[in-house]
Amino acid sequence: MNRNTIDLWVGIFVAIGIAAILFLALKVGNLVAFGNTPGYHLEAAFENIGGLKLRAPVKAAGVVVGRVERIRFDPSTYQAIVTVKIDEGNQFTADTIASILTSGLLGEVYVGLDVGGDTKMLRDGERISKTQSAVVLEKLIGQFLFDRAAAGSGK
Amino acid sequence: MPSAVQSGVAHSLRRLGRFATFHVERLGYAARFFVAVIGNTPAAFRRLHLTLREIYFSGVLSLIIILISGLFVGMVLALQGFDVLQRYGADQSLGVLVALSLVRELGPVVAGLLFASRAGSAITAEIGLMKATEQLAAMEMMAVDPLARVVAPRFWGGVVSMPLLAALFSTLGVFGAYIVGVRLIGIDAGAFWGNMQSAVDFRQDIVNGIIKSAVFGVAVSLIAVFEGYDAKPTAEGVSSATTRTVVLSSLAILALDFVLTVFMFRGVS
Repeated sequence: MNRNTIDLWVGIFVAIGIAAILFLALKVGNLVAFGNTPGYHLEAAFENIGGLKLRAPVKAAGVVVGRVERIRFDPSTYQAIVTVKIDEGNQFTADTIASILTSGLLGEVYVGLDVGGDTKMLRDGERISKTQSAVVLEKLIGQFLFDRAAAGSGK
Repeated sequence: MPSAVQSGVAHSLRRLGRFATFHVERLGYAARFFVAVIGNTPAAFRRLHLTLREIYFSGVLSLIIILISGLFVGMVLALQGFDVLQRYGADQSLGVLVALSLVRELGPVVAGLLFASRAGSAITAEIGLMKATEQLAAMEMMAVDPLARVVAPRFWGGVVSMPLLAALFSTLGVFGAYIVGVRLIGIDAGAFWGNMQSAVDFRQDIVNGIIKSAVFGVAVSLIAVFEGYDAKPTAEGVSSATTRTVVLSSLAILALDFVLTVFMFRGVS
């Protein structure tokens, strides 16, 4: 086989190979979320984060406005400190409530933001003061059983 | 008869020692050979047409088997995955299951195994036969370095082809899963692609998959050219070298895959 035909085939091969990588990047993955999207950080302290994971979405009114970037344990207050990155252009009032929610019974765990009525806005690095911890199903069931038992003995 | 027992023990110890030193020595030779091949890299790219020819032989001619296997692996994964996911009412996550397993594991590993048996064995047989028919010795007589002329282009041809083949394998797999999941079973196309896109991370999953396939490409190509270069110059020697290439490459791919997976995906949620 002569050299030109080989070059042509190798060219086609490399081209469709790169096209496959692009397909994986754009259609299968989310290249848009890749890299440093502009935004700012907020912190929130929770009693219990349940099953919250890194890169979990942060939603306001059901719309994804950011991602969880860091989760650490604060040994002085025995609370979990969650650092979230909010996408540029989204502003939240200083009395925003952050809660850890689950979409559906078995769905993904995310941070929900409920906006309050304050005129002051949260700025980069500030802490969301009002938080609501994750609902741990086992505790809920335990409480339910305890209440039932208490109600039964009261009768 | 203590002397017979003693000599028997001594004999098996000697054999063990010989076995160990032979393999350690061979490993050292392979490492030296690897450095020499890397050292001859400029030669492979100066005479680019030689490398292009090898990309043609190991990459383009492997396309058919890679594309068809990818398609069928994706289709089977979709059928099996749907069967399990449906029991938990999570059939919308079919795209996530298929894409993550293909991009992270099956794409690089299965494409690597196919590449080792399709292209690696051919490279070993070719170089081994060149050695058996004294073509390599003839080149040295003409002051042509066989490492630069024969080995380095084949090595780099394999290294370039492998990541592209793995990416094509994953792409065709996702496409096969789309055909089965969306067209045949009837999962919503929006949920299929949308869940996939929100779960597959470019840096974490796709780039790591490409790194994996590049590492496999280096390993398989090195084993193939080394076994060919080191083959006994007989018909039997070439045939056993070809077998060793396929066996060693497959083991190397699986072992490296485990090590790379531990490093890449350990801390990921």
